[in-house]
Amino acid sequence: MSEKSKSIDSKKDFNKDERLKKVSKLKVLLNRPELGALGGSILVFIFFGIVAGDTGMFSAYGALNFLDVSANLGIIAIAAAMLMIGGEFDLSIGSMIGFAGICIAIPAIYWGWPLWMSIVFAFAMAVLVGYFNGILVVKTGLPSFIVTLAMLFILRGATLAITRLITGRTQVPGLRVLIENDPFAWMFATDTFKWLFTWLGSMNLIALRTDGTPLATGIPPSVIWFIGLTIFATWILMKTRYGNWIFASGGDKVGATNVGVPVGKVKISLFIGTACAATLFACIQVLDAGSADTMRGTLKELEAIAAAVVGGCLLTGGYGSAIGAAFGALIFGTVSMGIFYTDVDTDWFKVFLGAMMLIAVVFNNYIRKKVTESK
Amino acid sequence: MKTLKKLFLAIAAWSMMSVSAIATDVIVVSHGQANDPFWSVAKNGVDSACKDMGISCKYTAPGTFDMVEMAKLIDNAVSQKPKGIVITLPDAAALGKSVKAAIAVGIPVISMNSGSDDYASLGISAHVGQTEFEAGVGGGQKMKAAGGKKALCVNHEVGNVALDRRCAGFKKGFGGSVDILGTSNDPTEIQKAVAAKLGGGYDTILTLGAGLSGEAALKALEAAGKVGSVKLGTFDMSPNMLKAAAAGKVEFLIDQQQYLQGYLPIAIFAQYMRWGTMPAGVVMTGPGFVTPDNASKVIKWAAQGYR
Repeated sequence: MSEKSKSIDSKKDFNKDERLKKVSKLKVLLNRPELGALGGSILVFIFFGIVAGDTGMFSAYGALNFLDVSANLGIIAIAAAMLMIGGEFDLSIGSMIGFAGICIAIPAIYWGWPLWMSIVFAFAMAVLVGYFNGILVVKTGLPSFIVTLAMLFILRGATLAITRLITGRTQVPGLRVLIENDPFAWMFATDTFKWLFTWLGSMNLIALRTDGTPLATGIPPSVIWFIGLTIFATWILMKTRYGNWIFASGGDKVGATNVGVPVGKVKISLFIGTACAATLFACIQVLDAGSADTMRGTLKELEAIAAAVVGGCLLTGGYGSAIGAAFGALIFGTVSMGIFYTDVDTDWFKVFLGAMMLIAVVFNNYIRKKVTESK
Repeated sequence: MKTLKKLFLAIAAWSMMSVSAIATDVIVVSHGQANDPFWSVAKNGVDSACKDMGISCKYTAPGTFDMVEMAKLIDNAVSQKPKGIVITLPDAAALGKSVKAAIAVGIPVISMNSGSDDYASLGISAHVGQTEFEAGVGGGQKMKAAGGKKALCVNHEVGNVALDRRCAGFKKGFGGSVDILGTSNDPTEIQKAVAAKLGGGYDTILTLGAGLSGEAALKALEAAGKVGSVKLGTFDMSPNMLKAAAAGKVEFLIDQQQYLQGYLPIAIFAQYMRWGTMPAGVVMTGPGFVTPDNASKVIKWAAQGYR
């Protein structure tokens, strides 16, 4: 102990303090949590490029399809990753998707609310659910795993009960017609860059319908939201004081509290974040599908956590990144859609999906170890 | 670490070699999860037809009852440009966009199993299945004739409109009071849920799937000693429920012959690819009733996975 303090005191050794060491930009890049997931994504694309390159998977329509799936998952995976960095889990994401879908569909169809008001209502409910999850975890000190597991059942059950009570069925269709004249719904339901696809179609570069319009009509809204959210979350985590608080809350709760980080508030806000991400997911899905049903979002919470972990988040908190989660979602979405382009009997789908995930995580872990060893 | 690396490389290499892409004639996108015995029979129908007709097929289904994921699977099928797509249609609103995209690029679509009421409006060429509401009415009338007054309709695929219609049809045919019990597709959970409801004075139970909810409901009745006093009928068939019917424990099984629902669309597409022929409207595969009188004949084939 005394020797150590001596060495720090001596001026000569002062420069050797690792915190002050100059690190090259490349090394900083290599140390990022998302590096492994990026490598995993490349691996997955090489794999499908070889085994399914000529099947239409990478045609415009096929690519948008797996990007859409990845983007939808990415929206919740990013929020789940931020919460995991903050040291907590949210298992109620999937149920919240179903619940939010119903919160949009029932007021719009059965109570005659304008669509935008139903969407605002759904987000208000999400804030409430997220706040409730957060305050319970913070005040009781119970593991978030248990609290949100309870919420998983409560929300799924409430979704079924309320829907059957009000509508007498388990599915609410008829939303598509309401999108047309709504001032805000286009944000969740309109394909963008249509001109690009029309142009590509006119140049005969992408597949056409029999009436001459392109089969792939535009970039789906989920992809735009996904990219926007990735940038926004990364900015929060890397560039803001709030971002530092998230890392501190998850890394060392006591230490963070001692230096004045409002750990409770940070965690509650992150729970609100996951519930709102689930609602955004539901918005896009319900408006795209034109119907809501009580089973939507089943198991999505596990997919979101899986994507976050593949993306480099630690289950113990304090480490991870939004970009990593985005790549994790891309891996998951690509693999889950890609298998249908291969000749694997789909009875083996889950085995294949699990094996690919495992390969991605092992690869990810291997790269991270290699990089941290070489310091 | 080295062994891990080798193992990893070995797995990667193996999966690269064993997986390859093929061009497919017909792609089947079904909502039926592989853990449901009913769908295993339908898939056998698909497999036999493809073998008999000498064409290549692929059967796909989402991991859970997830209509949005299923829509993506249909989109996937479209981008592979097969000569025909067979789908089930449990939610026309959610699947409509993808189905229309398939038809728009000139891929003919046949629906099977669910969707008899919606297929035509989407431009689907033909539907192979039974009309759910009428089959439900038939079941209701049989139960009414057997003296039922208060019935429970067990729905194990909450969110599937076709099942909602079965219950609605049953209610109409039955005439008496009908309560709907929504459950997951876990057999233990269904059994416990039915057992919990048995105290409610029900004299009739209709389950909407034999292998899953039917057998679970029968177990609940056996455990409570109420076989016979509470009359049990079920949609669809399974080996165990057929045996129970032969033993007189089950009033009837409504047979929609899902083997044909898998087989016929493939056979239709094979002829379509050859001669351009396509049937018009609904090709009915049911309802047929299996009662204690004729159950033993059906048992043999059911055990082999064809009925």
